[in-house]
Amino acid sequence: MAILEVDNLRAYFKTMRGDVKAVDGVSFEVQKGEAMGLAGESGCGKTTTALSVLKILPSNGRIVEGKIIFNNVDIAKYSEDEMREKIRWKGISLVFQGAMNAMNPVLKVGDQIVEAIQLHELDVERKDAQERARKLLEIVGVNPTRIDSYPHEFSGGMRQRAMIAMALASNPEIVIADEPGTALDVIVAAQVLKLLKELKEKLNLAMILITHDLSIIAEICEKTAIMYAGRIAEYGDVVAIFKEPLHPYTQGLIGAFPNIKDKQRIRMRSIPGSPPNLLDPPTGCRFHPRCEYAMDICKKEEPKLVQVGKAHSVSCHLVNRKKEE
Amino acid sequence: MEKEILVKAENLKKWFPVSAGFFNTLISRKQLYVRAVDGVSFEIRRGEIFGLAGESGSGKTTTGRMLLRLIEPTSGKIILDNQDITKIPENKLKPFRKRIQIVFQDPYESLNPRMRIFDILAEPMQIQGSHKESEIKARVKKVLEDVQLVPPEEYMDRFPHELSGGQRQRVATARALVLDPEFIVADEPVSMLDVSIRAEVLNLMVDLVKKYQVSFLYITHDLALARHICDRVGVMYLGKIMELGSVDDVIINPMHPYTQALIAAVPLPDPTSRRIEVVIKGEIPSPINPPSGCRFHTRCPKYIGDICRTSEPRLIDVGKGQLVACHLYK
Repeated sequence: MAILEVDNLRAYFKTMRGDVKAVDGVSFEVQKGEAMGLAGESGCGKTTTALSVLKILPSNGRIVEGKIIFNNVDIAKYSEDEMREKIRWKGISLVFQGAMNAMNPVLKVGDQIVEAIQLHELDVERKDAQERARKLLEIVGVNPTRIDSYPHEFSGGMRQRAMIAMALASNPEIVIADEPGTALDVIVAAQVLKLLKELKEKLNLAMILITHDLSIIAEICEKTAIMYAGRIAEYGDVVAIFKEPLHPYTQGLIGAFPNIKDKQRIRMRSIPGSPPNLLDPPTGCRFHPRCEYAMDICKKEEPKLVQVGKAHSVSCHLVNRKKEE
Repeated sequence: MEKEILVKAENLKKWFPVSAGFFNTLISRKQLYVRAVDGVSFEIRRGEIFGLAGESGSGKTTTGRMLLRLIEPTSGKIILDNQDITKIPENKLKPFRKRIQIVFQDPYESLNPRMRIFDILAEPMQIQGSHKESEIKARVKKVLEDVQLVPPEEYMDRFPHELSGGQRQRVATARALVLDPEFIVADEPVSMLDVSIRAEVLNLMVDLVKKYQVSFLYITHDLALARHICDRVGVMYLGKIMELGSVDDVIINPMHPYTQALIAAVPLPDPTSRRIEVVIKGEIPSPINPPSGCRFHTRCPKYIGDICRTSEPRLIDVGKGQLVACHLYK
């Protein structure tokens, strides 16, 4: 059973020049204990999707349409108080992007974790919260004696671990991790990814991993949604999608990540052009100006996400056409 | 046939002094240094793409900048085309500057927002002098065509903010090429760009340096990219080169425990061979007081005993020009 189901989510940002349609009709579901990778380039709406699920969009952003069904309840309708009391941290938590800047520099790391616990669970005593903070640090591989350190006394990797500890503070069912490896060195990033993978298995967490790096998704996710310009281009089982990517954008993106183990040197592939302006996205399929297979219908009609395999859906006219033939 | 050596770094060192603060200077006279680069030697041949890889803080950027004399080395030599340029005074460097160029990491910061693309590309020629107006114009057009910003007329009068990140990095590449240099340093030239256009910009750079037989120093933390574009690669750790050799040797068959760990930590874009291996713990130590002996001994999974702690391994040839600095190999 799906623990989280997002259905036709639209989230827009108001600007002086009109609405930026950052997320424009996104649907996916995450099962218990499953990791889903949300992939795409910067500006494709992957972070906005995550912020919408927790309803913490910046003040100029709003959810325009769509359902967010968490444990069979549509939380898109929840008020701010209900979100804070029932959902955030106890149900769904977030590891913010950029561990370097996401912590308060003038508060001790332990106190920040305690704050997260007490804010979401009003009846917890400070002493108990501190004890829990110590345990959490231990779980993520930081020596609990460092509870009284300030963020600047932590290295980048330790800060990222502390952020993960904070996300786990109230035993959530889903953890959303926004670019957890970015800005970290190769080895430290691998340590953090391994930690996430182990936590997921140990605590039977559902996880949404937001990243632009498809290799990371290939390493730890069971499922992936490839986003382009606010929509989902391809969605489904990781193995199926990497084995046979059907959307031209997915194909291009996978081609842009060379495998270090290749015996032969290959020429990397790229996607011509750059991502569109979401104030005025292209008509029809949003990828058509960059697509080498673009047909007439691509300019006029928006392709629907169509199931092509057991756990594999694509939104592309080319694939639809082939299916018809 | 091996091509001649164009650029040579000989035992380059850069120690940045650490300001100790007022109180500490009163109680102690010992000056502390960040040993950003601590004795690095390598050669780059004509037309070769040489990669310098490592984690942040390994000294790869400092090394690149020293080669261009943008940072003055503490000691060691930089040889360009058989000539020692380490000690040439700043006011006599101009003729060398046009032979060595750089592409910076962030094209949003490396292009002057108040200059038009034409002026950005013409400025190096104006500084180097002795170019006629018509000559400059023709040359700017040519380099814009080279970096595939065509037709050039359409781009010359624009400002950087009117271009996308990928286009800006093409302009930065054009600026590096405009004086027809022999050596270009590119410091993480695609790390700020969107994934889908990285390959395009990188492919273009590689094509151009091959076409004009420019020697290219590619500084990167991304070993998967280095594997596919470099001829040879050097892996740095805490200011030292740990391993150096052809890409096929170093990346496919790494000998140094650090290189092995680094490569094992790179995620693979293949869900059927999941394997994130983390063989080493902790993070890179402080370069202010680097570990004694082999700098990697504190994290090394193949630590063999006191020798690693007490004596610093030298780079030795383990065959076919693959150099490794590790006591495992004697």
